[in-house]
Amino acid sequence: MSRLAAITGAALAKDLRLEWRSKDAINAMLFFALLVVVIFSFSFNPTAEESRQIAGGLIWVAFLFAAVVALNQTWARELRNQVLDAYRVSPAPASALFLSKALGNFIFVSVLEALMAPLFIIFYSLRALGPTWQLIPVSALGTWAIVVNGTFFAAMSLRTRSREIMLPLLLFPLLATVNATTLILTGEASAKVWIVLLLAYDVVFTTGCLLLFEIVLHAE
Amino acid sequence: MKRVFPILGILTAALLSYALYEALIAAPTEQTMGNVQRIFYYHVASAWTAFLLFFINFGASVAYLIRRNPIADAIAVTTAEVGVVFCTVVLVTGPLWARPVWGIWWTWDVRLTSTLVLWLIYVSYLMLRRFSSSGQTPLLAAVLAVFGALDVPLVYFSIWFFRTQHPQPVIGGGGSIDPRMMHVLLLNWAAFLCFAFLVCWSRYRLERLQKDVEEAQALESMVQPGGTR
Repeated sequence: MSRLAAITGAALAKDLRLEWRSKDAINAMLFFALLVVVIFSFSFNPTAEESRQIAGGLIWVAFLFAAVVALNQTWARELRNQVLDAYRVSPAPASALFLSKALGNFIFVSVLEALMAPLFIIFYSLRALGPTWQLIPVSALGTWAIVVNGTFFAAMSLRTRSREIMLPLLLFPLLATVNATTLILTGEASAKVWIVLLLAYDVVFTTGCLLLFEIVLHAE
Repeated sequence: MKRVFPILGILTAALLSYALYEALIAAPTEQTMGNVQRIFYYHVASAWTAFLLFFINFGASVAYLIRRNPIADAIAVTTAEVGVVFCTVVLVTGPLWARPVWGIWWTWDVRLTSTLVLWLIYVSYLMLRRFSSSGQTPLLAAVLAVFGALDVPLVYFSIWFFRTQHPQPVIGGGGSIDPRMMHVLLLNWAAFLCFAFLVCWSRYRLERLQKDVEEAQALESMVQPGGTR
């Protein structure tokens, strides 16, 4: 267990250091999300009441698209210089590699969300009528659902070049996240059920990804 | 084997026509909905058939992941394809019934949404199989099938938490049904299952033959350069 944690930590630290120095992914994501916010904002120009209804969907569409930017470059870096082949022959467990990549993407996307959330609040004059603190577990669980599946399918589509196939699997967590966010913003009903469902989804799919990643890594 | 197929085909045709007669003429007319309700015999029977096929697809995919057996892979393709067809029937007959009864074609009700998501997942499975050209396609497809199957119960359990417009499930859901209607429904399901089995059988044979041809061609191209020239 400690070995798994050590390898995961080392790979994660490497990815974070690379990103800290190059800032490739985060810049691309930020710019992209900013454009989406601006486009949505001036095409709808909503009042405060309307924006509570639609903001949940808009925010998550923007975050999803931005996350795809991070997911696309997850494995691309490892293909150069045959790093992925080195991983394949190394005795390190494949799940450690997967976990580090998923955690890295989770951190990138979370940073993006933290930076973009104030912009959304300003542009849409948002003020939640429900319990605001619940937005934190919702966004954490929703982001994890997106990145864990996204990282896995990015590895799969190294060979198939068809990343769209993962989108149907993301429909359910997106549905849950958007609904939970909207419920919290409008304060109409409790979002607890959706949070529990998201948690269940995250547990099931994280387990599935960790178990099946080895097969995908070795499929060549 | 060759002789069994046409006999089974004729039996299935007979059963299907008898089930059609039972559903459209013999079954009692529903009190409030009238004749529109008769689509129920096709809608529910197709849904059960589709779920059964997707379940077999999941089993075959797991078997492929463990054993790497090409037969399991052929079964997985077959059941996914036929399952998508039956699921499409469910998604088409549903709105046809909903329009006169609910007054709308479609609503983003949990149950309808979950069936649509299910359909999308298996369409993406078929797309993966079609567009991916590497030799690892069966493996990746099996992984996707397992993921899809993991998603289904989650989406399905979410139904329990919400009020739904969809009528309660006939079995195990508290919905009640006239025993005469139940009889017709089961008859239709039996006929649909026979039909699905028949289609699956021929699709499975096609898949196996295709693999044989591919193997023979690969073998031939390996022999050709040195041998004949």
